[in-house]
Amino acid sequence: MLEIRIHGRGGQGNVVAAYLLASAAIDGGSYAQAFPAFGAERRGAPVAAFVRIDDQPIRRRCQVREPDFLIVQDPALMDVPETLSGLRARGTILVDGTALEIDGSGDNEIMTIPATRLAMEHIGRPVPNTALLAAFITLTQLMPVSALIDALAERFKGPILEKNQRLVEAAAATVEAGRWQEVAHAVSA
Amino acid sequence: MNANPSKGSTLAEIPISIETLRSRQPRFRGLESGHRACQGCGEALAARLTTEAAGPDVVVANATGCLEVFTTPWPQSAWRLPWIHSVFGNVAAVAAGMEAALKQQGRATQVLAFAGDGGTFDIGFQALSGMMERGHNVMFVCFDNEAYMNTGVQRSGSTPHAAMTTTSPPGRERMGKRHMKKDILSIIAAHHIPYAATASVAFPSDLRKKVRRAMDTEGASFLQIHSPCPLGWGHDGAKTIEVARLAVQTGLFPIIEMERGELIGTLPIRNPRPVSDYLKLQNRFRHLFADDFRARKELEHLQAIADRNIERYELRGVRAESYDTEGADTVHRGGDRWA
Amino acid sequence: MPLALEGSQALARAIALCRPQVVAAYPITPQTHIVEGIAKLVADGQLDCEMVSVESEHSAASVALGAAVAGSRAYTASASQGILLMAEVLFDIAGLRVPLVMTCANRALSGPLNIWNDQQDSMAMRDSGWIQLYCATNQEAIDTTVQAFRIAERCELPVMVCVDGFTLTHTLEPLEMPTQEQVDGFLPPYFFRHGLHPDEPRSLGTLVGPEHFSEVRHAHHHALLRAQDEIVQADADWGEVVGRQYGGLLEVRGEPEATLGILTLGSVLGTLEDAMEENPDLPRARFIKLRSFRPFPAQALREACAGLEHLIVLERALSPGYGGIVGPEVQAVLAGQSSPPKIYNVAAGLGGRDMSLELYGRLVDLIASGREPEPFCIIDADPMLLPEEDR
Repeated sequence: MLEIRIHGRGGQGNVVAAYLLASAAIDGGSYAQAFPAFGAERRGAPVAAFVRIDDQPIRRRCQVREPDFLIVQDPALMDVPETLSGLRARGTILVDGTALEIDGSGDNEIMTIPATRLAMEHIGRPVPNTALLAAFITLTQLMPVSALIDALAERFKGPILEKNQRLVEAAAATVEAGRWQEVAHAVSA
Repeated sequence: MNANPSKGSTLAEIPISIETLRSRQPRFRGLESGHRACQGCGEALAARLTTEAAGPDVVVANATGCLEVFTTPWPQSAWRLPWIHSVFGNVAAVAAGMEAALKQQGRATQVLAFAGDGGTFDIGFQALSGMMERGHNVMFVCFDNEAYMNTGVQRSGSTPHAAMTTTSPPGRERMGKRHMKKDILSIIAAHHIPYAATASVAFPSDLRKKVRRAMDTEGASFLQIHSPCPLGWGHDGAKTIEVARLAVQTGLFPIIEMERGELIGTLPIRNPRPVSDYLKLQNRFRHLFADDFRARKELEHLQAIADRNIERYELRGVRAESYDTEGADTVHRGGDRWA
Repeated sequence: MPLALEGSQALARAIALCRPQVVAAYPITPQTHIVEGIAKLVADGQLDCEMVSVESEHSAASVALGAAVAGSRAYTASASQGILLMAEVLFDIAGLRVPLVMTCANRALSGPLNIWNDQQDSMAMRDSGWIQLYCATNQEAIDTTVQAFRIAERCELPVMVCVDGFTLTHTLEPLEMPTQEQVDGFLPPYFFRHGLHPDEPRSLGTLVGPEHFSEVRHAHHHALLRAQDEIVQADADWGEVVGRQYGGLLEVRGEPEATLGILTLGSVLGTLEDAMEENPDLPRARFIKLRSFRPFPAQALREACAGLEHLIVLERALSPGYGGIVGPEVQAVLAGQSSPPKIYNVAAGLGGRDMSLELYGRLVDLIASGREPEPFCIIDADPMLLPEEDR
């Protein structure tokens, strides 16, 4: 079972990101589960959401305490101790931002992509979630990138969907395809 | 039923008078006699007049209160109408639910909601406001007897200023209820519902006319019917109508009609009576007639309230009219153009 | 092909498949997504229904009551404080034997304010006379909702479908939605024998004095007891339609031969099952998933507990000043058995405290310690966070 924790701030589409990732996995025939770290937080407050992906039904409903992957929607959250809490030894981190902004100490590989900038370019809104998901899927090869576009198509239509589609393609192109594939395989094995 | 004159006959050929004919006409009774209301109960009379005018194609939601208790001691019921009582404060919501159901089913049956003043002014107010705001096609009738009579005469938001109840007793420090009677109709008017009116059991033809008007209204309508309670007000049960009429004639209970929050009609007062004429018939105001400075001040206060009502609603009739506080009550049951 | 759906969205669709004619609701976390989903289906013309957005939960229950007696299938949903604000109406609905269905998106009660999941709200309505069915998964919540309408309408009793707030309502997972044909075949059009109609005027909710009130209560109590058969039947019949069953009143899972039992209500079960599989060194347990809390399935429970030496009753609520709520009832129905299990009554996961995989080990440790069971404890309370006198 793969466990992913998504950190962000209220209003960044944290839960939507978790739902999109799980939807894409489910539509691809996997079992998946996504839920928020339920809070009463308003816009701007640190929030988290969880995704589990497996090839068999997922029974547990506890929070993800030892994630295999972290997706961080705001580089400033890397300084919050809870963000890295429980990350597994070979787990990796995908962060919105540039390498310069991140203190790269530690054993876990950190990958940055300019997700917010890409989102501004393509959809005109500072919401990094879709770009991060595109990069994450490309890195892990958990599913084809088209699965994410299909999941987006359940939420958006017309020009907005097209813009999101271009955003996904642009974000996917910023990372090395399959770089985290082995990590993902090792976890799910 | 077969009292209709045969075709071609004229009124003159009918061997009985119109009056007799009318009195023999079968009248639909929504609320049967034989229920357990007190002698002279204004609420029972008001409910009977209301349901007679509303006719049989209705469903009724009834709030907790005397009306519910005296009409339905299981296994008996005085209602000839489909009727439900749920709890005290939810009658407008139950009615709204019935209306939503009937609307969804495409049925034209009219929904009535009955409540006392407690179930309207106080505990039922939130549900009433919500029902009106959502524009349910419900006729809400408040039988206003100005206190919690069912529990033994406690003050409500509708109890008039200075009235004695068991929870607003007069004493060394108090002259009855310290607060004013809530101006419910203005609050209702602020919801801009299609039709809202006050009525009194002393003016039955006016009451029936308003029920019919409300029944014909698409959307929420509201009637506040002044209904004396001999027990709670402390008057002779034979004087219910007289007391109710004086409430109107003094100006303490103005009879008005509103459409979408605008005043469209009043029952003019031909000869305004001093409030003491009304108050002295009732034990609940007895302390105001003591030889006491505060009592005199409160009497003046109540007179000022009545004067203010007359001024505000322009109730003072400029001349004798067939339809005013003196004229309208000469109408007989089942007769007259208003009925 | 399962759909990726949030629990609430799936529930909204399931409710729509049951063709409610009037839905009344007032927003409260974590129920909101359910009624938002229904409102959208109505707005999109996919559900022909009067959606009444009321001004309070008290009115939500009252509108549903009014609609049901006026001949329409009615539904409402709430949680937490909303359930309590409805309380007098919920008792009234049950006492009048009005068939309607509500979802309780289980949440803690104030004070202090807590919007997260436990089951104190529905437990507070234990004695309201409603049928209460607890769901372990979103799939069960969907299927139970469909069953609930048939149970309610056949038994002339209201049914509360209890679904853990957030843990289920806000979790997206693969879910099988029944088809409209399947639901229509299972659930006949709404009919209420005692409905209000001018053609046959009757008085409902009259004043019932001491001469008849005991009989009213007797009839209500026995109607609930008899409803057990209908709950089992509905689960079996719907199981034939969709191929999924949930054990009717309760379900025995895990290790059926184990002498250690763990009784749960709601969504914690899956976490415990996973924890047992992941910890082969720990004793294995027989899980008893209590689905019907009201009516309380005394006989089914006795059978499910046969052969147990220890039974842990894990609750998501408590009765302060006494202890558990479900635990004492379980103890009572097992008391007359020849060798009843020792009962350990604990609460966990209050106010949304995460129930992790370690919970299973802590539960099992209660037995391993060999100590006599404490009457009750909140097993995941952290002593270090408590003032000294409360530790």
